[in-house]
Amino acid sequence: MDAEAARYIGAGLACLGMLGAAVGVGNIFGSFLQGAMRNPSAAQQQFGNLIFGFAVTEALGIFSLLIALLALFG
Amino acid sequence: MAADTNPIKQFEVHTLFEFEAFGLNLAFTNSSFFMVLTTVLTIVLFSFAMGSRAMIPNRAQSVAEIIYGFVADMLRSTAGSDALRFFPFVFTLFIFILVANMLGMFPYFPAPGWHSFTITSHIIVTAALAMSVWLTVLVYGLFKHGFKFFKLFVPSGVPLYILPFVTLIEIISFISRPVSHSVRLFANMLAGHILLKVFAGFIVMLAGALGAAGYLVGILPFAMTLALTALEFLVAFLQAYVFAILTCIYLSDALHPGH
Repeated sequence: MDAEAARYIGAGLACLGMLGAAVGVGNIFGSFLQGAMRNPSAAQQQFGNLIFGFAVTEALGIFSLLIALLALFG
Repeated sequence: MAADTNPIKQFEVHTLFEFEAFGLNLAFTNSSFFMVLTTVLTIVLFSFAMGSRAMIPNRAQSVAEIIYGFVADMLRSTAGSDALRFFPFVFTLFIFILVANMLGMFPYFPAPGWHSFTITSHIIVTAALAMSVWLTVLVYGLFKHGFKFFKLFVPSGVPLYILPFVTLIEIISFISRPVSHSVRLFANMLAGHILLKVFAGFIVMLAGALGAAGYLVGILPFAMTLALTALEFLVAFLQAYVFAILTCIYLSDALHPGH
């Protein structure tokens, strides 16, 4: 296989890692909304935790995107 | 039409003034220019806003006080009231990253034909910021708690037979903190700006390939660019907030390593 072609295939495969992050981020916001709808008065104090969980989960997706970008342009 | 649609070109560092000292290349680049601009803009805006120090604040002073209260609340709720001694550090980080991200959103800045430079889209800048946080946590934690700081790696209430593994995982997660802390900000800004330029490039490519019809079809990627710009403003704020709140959480470890 051509090295150039392998690079593009690798970048595409690396992007699959974002699938997990997408599920995770969706889960976090979905669960937050579910909890917030049940007890709206407690929702405001959990905003920091929400953003923290989002950031930690999103980082993993970003790492795989970074690998894809490195494969494409690095 | 031979427009340059390379989405990576915006991250190039150019030299503005040559400067060399002690055999080191200390040239003033567009990156340095935007760092200086970020700092000067922050100082000027806050001096202007807080200049009057009125009991009943005017609009500018209210904005400054709201930002101040926002960061103070964030620090207090995540790390406790005794963490307020780190308030200047966290506030500086938050404002620096926020203003730098926002300046990077200008399409033509400071003059037409120039491109604004997002300093947080370079790993060296975010790594320096993240390392300063990490070293603060390490040095302050060891200075304040001495050997007890290592309780951070040995959580209480864990059964003895899995304690070695948990400790190992805690140590690895502590060491990888500066990596994830810096790469998160850097990769978010990098990916967002590449995405913007890719969609903006589609407009130019369509106009080049299809002529007059291209301008009509080009409305579609233009609308997408507009929506992505709005999203990028959200990301610019959110990543500054995330960086600051993670700093608060890490500082909380330095102050109370027990839990």
